[in-house]
Amino acid sequence: MAQYLVLIYENEKSWANADEATGNRILGEHNSFGEKHGASLRGGNALEPSMTATSIRKNASGESVTTDGPFAETKEAIGGYYLIEAADLDAALAVAKDVPANFGGVEVRPIREMH
Amino acid sequence: MLAATIRITRDFDVAEECVQDAFARALATWSQQGIPANPGAWLTTVARRCAIDIGRRRDVAVRSQRFLVTDDSDGGLEVTDGEFEDDRLRLIFTCCHPSLATDTQVALALRMLCGLSTAEVAKAFLVKESAMAARLTRAKKKIALARIPYRVPERAELRGRIDAVLLVIHLLFTTGHTSPVGENLTQADLVERALDLARMLHNLLPDDAEATSLLALILLTDSRRGARVGSGGEFLALADQDRSKWHRDSIDEGLTLVGESIRRGRPGRFTLMAAVAAVHSSASHWDETDWAEIVGLYDLLLEAWPSPVVALNRAVALSFAEGPSVGLAALDELSTEPQLSTYPYLAAARGDCLERLERFIEAREAFEEAAMLTENHVERDFLHTRIAQLS
Repeated sequence: MAQYLVLIYENEKSWANADEATGNRILGEHNSFGEKHGASLRGGNALEPSMTATSIRKNASGESVTTDGPFAETKEAIGGYYLIEAADLDAALAVAKDVPANFGGVEVRPIREMH
Repeated sequence: MLAATIRITRDFDVAEECVQDAFARALATWSQQGIPANPGAWLTTVARRCAIDIGRRRDVAVRSQRFLVTDDSDGGLEVTDGEFEDDRLRLIFTCCHPSLATDTQVALALRMLCGLSTAEVAKAFLVKESAMAARLTRAKKKIALARIPYRVPERAELRGRIDAVLLVIHLLFTTGHTSPVGENLTQADLVERALDLARMLHNLLPDDAEATSLLALILLTDSRRGARVGSGGEFLALADQDRSKWHRDSIDEGLTLVGESIRRGRPGRFTLMAAVAAVHSSASHWDETDWAEIVGLYDLLLEAWPSPVVALNRAVALSFAEGPSVGLAALDELSTEPQLSTYPYLAAARGDCLERLERFIEAREAFEEAAMLTENHVERDFLHTRIAQLS
């Protein structure tokens, strides 16, 4: 078995504009997803919006420079993730297709195995 | 052979090494002991043994990281045509996995399924060999690291996976049918590979109209292979071919298959293309071609698959159904299509209509433009002959 990280990319404006009913519906979708794929799930969280992000880069002299905001400014930002276990990419994609991402989509990345 | 070896190694690079090793051993052994009765089987056996040896030698932990995963539960699919075909089907579904870009899928299929060298694949794509090598390496890495499975998808997911496979087989065929570059009009081995694959896919999915039609399309188009080149190696257009040289068995099989597909209801892209080929195959002479029927089929094809290349073919058919001035008007509407700006057949088709309208100077210019755009020597010679005839 291998592990995959399913990164949820969504449009944050759509999230911010969503009313309470929409928020509750999406929460329900995540609960249903968790029930359906509980056996494959190894972890997962929702993240606070990217305006809360802090990025750290090394400058030319090797010092850490801290800046406000996400590492890359994009229309869709990472809003959460699931860590799943699957036999192969097809099995992982089958789970990832069910991840709720109404305002965007997901990216599936294999976790590198260290030996 | 490569496919059979990959099944053991789960790793494209290791499998390629094993196959090369098998050829090297064959040279040494065969020169002493003579060529075995079944050289192909001998080579495959040696390559597989090498793969098994490497597999044993490898640390289990490393293997689990690098090697492709296999799923032995094949979802109840019955492939009766032997282990070898089974392996090639697995390989084509891996090469055509939706997580790989279409260009990469075709390049992988050419390299892994059709045995083209990296240099030859690079040529087919008109890119530098180093760039193609890098693209293939990236693709093989992704297959291994993301664990793209090496298996035929289960029935439930097959429907969504088959279009990519059909497309890649068709591209293999067209690449072989008219080489994009080079001195020969066709690459027979590529055509044969595409035909084999289409047949395998049809055997796997006998009820799938599009898979049936792709096989029919390849059979019908390829039935003309022996008539497309004249005694001096020159290209012969459909109008000038000696139709008695068309391969009758391929035509009969192709027509039967098209008939089956059409009866299945709303025709898809490959069914419509095969139906066009069938109209040509059914005419015993160029003058008997039912052009109105062909235009009608292209109208449907434009709906199923809107593409400037289809529109170009429709315009050509229109020039025969309703005359060259109608055809030329339809062709001129396509002159601003960016996809056709470097496509030699648009200029060639314009030249043909202009010649039939006796606008010889413009016809000549159009053929000259087409000759500049094609990189196939046989096609270029054909265009130069037409230019000479206009002078």
